[in-house]
Amino acid sequence: MTLHADLRVARGVFRLDAELVVEPGEVVAVLGPNGAGKSTALRALAGLLPLTGGHIRLGDEVWDAPPDAFRPAERRPIGVVFQDYLLFAHLSALENVAFGLRARGVPRAVAREEAARWLDRVGLAAHARAKPRTLSGGQAQRVALARALATEPELLLLDEPLAALDAATRLHVRAELGRHLRDYPGHTLLVTHDPLDAMVLADRLVVLEHGEVVQQGTPTEVARRPRTDYVADLVGLNLYRGTARGTSVALDGGGEFTVAAPATGPVHVVFPPTAVSLHPDRPTGSPRNAWRVTVAGIEQHAHTTRVRLDGVPPVLADITTATVADLRLQPGAGLWAAVKATEVHAYPS
Amino acid sequence: MTSIAHRKRRRATGRLPVVLVLPAVLGLAFLLVPLVGLLVRAPWGTLPSRLFSASVGEALRLSLLCASLATVLCLVLGVPLAWLLARGDVPGRGVLRALVTVPLVLPPVVGGVALLFVLGRRGLVGQYLDAWFGVSLPFTTAGVVLAEAFVAMPFLVISVEGALRAADPRYEEAAATLGASRWLAFRRVTLPSILPGVVAGTVLCWARALGEFGATITFAGNFPGETTTMPLAVYLALETDPDAAIVLSVVLLLVSVGVLAALRDRWISGPS
Repeated sequence: MTLHADLRVARGVFRLDAELVVEPGEVVAVLGPNGAGKSTALRALAGLLPLTGGHIRLGDEVWDAPPDAFRPAERRPIGVVFQDYLLFAHLSALENVAFGLRARGVPRAVAREEAARWLDRVGLAAHARAKPRTLSGGQAQRVALARALATEPELLLLDEPLAALDAATRLHVRAELGRHLRDYPGHTLLVTHDPLDAMVLADRLVVLEHGEVVQQGTPTEVARRPRTDYVADLVGLNLYRGTARGTSVALDGGGEFTVAAPATGPVHVVFPPTAVSLHPDRPTGSPRNAWRVTVAGIEQHAHTTRVRLDGVPPVLADITTATVADLRLQPGAGLWAAVKATEVHAYPS
Repeated sequence: MTSIAHRKRRRATGRLPVVLVLPAVLGLAFLLVPLVGLLVRAPWGTLPSRLFSASVGEALRLSLLCASLATVLCLVLGVPLAWLLARGDVPGRGVLRALVTVPLVLPPVVGGVALLFVLGRRGLVGQYLDAWFGVSLPFTTAGVVLAEAFVAMPFLVISVEGALRAADPRYEEAAATLGASRWLAFRRVTLPSILPGVVAGTVLCWARALGEFGATITFAGNFPGETTTMPLAVYLALETDPDAAIVLSVVLLLVSVGVLAALRDRWISGPS
């Protein structure tokens, strides 16, 4: 069953007109600046906001098709993780997770047993009786995820699921969230303004600006061929999957990176295009990652020039216009790309 | 450092002006002296025996019963009304909200008269109650409950509505995404979160019902054992047995102080 959504919402001067398609098991990230209509899209899919045009269909079930059909939130098979989680303060973690099952008429004992199983899956079995205010941010996020998944929804909606966490917790929770999303067989839609969350967690990105889809594709596609300045600035990250052994990461697509912080197992390797420097010859000196590349394309953006480079691995580099002239950059030219180990971040995946 | 600054500040402010202090002290005395007088004048020696005398006991029991029943009625009707005013998508909500507070400023006697002309045996609604069900409300214990509820309900509605408007409606949305109907979301999510407001409103409502006089005597009359509540008994006793009036008053005073104590943290201390 595919989720087809042609989301059209007109409210005052704001207009959302976006088409989204999510396949079962797929994680789609809707990425965009504030006010782009991300939250409106999520609320429309959740049934908290009726469409003014278009439709939402899951398989042949119609969820919203104004003016004829509207299925309210409580009758849609959905789970939502809200940005600030919205855990019910007077209920324990277990009761929060059991809430959806109870609301769907599951007997109390069965619901609690199932909820306990979910808490165990997110590693919070020991906190079943804790009230939400006693939980840390990361724990609350996991309870919210368990609560959303406990009813085994067809569509899982995540609204900035990591935004409320501090950087250290975020790293850990992101990896864990990724694991749960891979196990989840339904449709996942993730709304975020953080490109890293989107690229690490999603199979496909949909970039929303001013209520319209300006670009979509796999994280790598979008990163390598940004169509707007916003996408270029935000999503233009060099992102690779690989396997870490200590400070060395072997990339899945070939090539190897030296990273500053040691890690083990499958990781995402990320660094911004601004961290890449280009040289006519092999650079010497401080420990660097350096490899041979050829220029595949040059794009002028607001303040910088973005160079697409083929090699093992392929890479994006943002350089100044002066450098472009110095190096006499042109498609097909052979160069050396270099990135400091301290600029290369490896995230567990 | 701070204590010096403090002292300096106090010196800078100077002494409190007499034109303010004198009326303030007078005002305080005006409020407190009658209450103290009541306690001084109370027949402490015979108080226990009077307290447990048949007439006082009867009035007290009737008062507690009627005020409690009126409060239950207010809760059953008032909480949903507060929800409608705070969350409902009804046109003219502002006008409705204003109308609900009318009994708050209306002299209770007027409320009693209004009830009499609506629910009386020949009243707008009362004639049908009488003709169809043989029910007559004026001058009955049920009439007392109605009169008290009429006067006290706005206290509950305003308190609960305030709590509802302060509560984050997104929790109801979260409940909806989990499959809860609006009723279930209200019962399991909203109501527990506004419980302090409901409790405060209930206590205020109950205290107001307990002290109700004007609407009660107008609509329900004064029949010992049936409609003579404490305030009515106080008023009656004043003519025949002043000591009994004082005992009854002391009891009501203690109940009021008890209510104040119960609400102290929420309402009386104010912003700190």
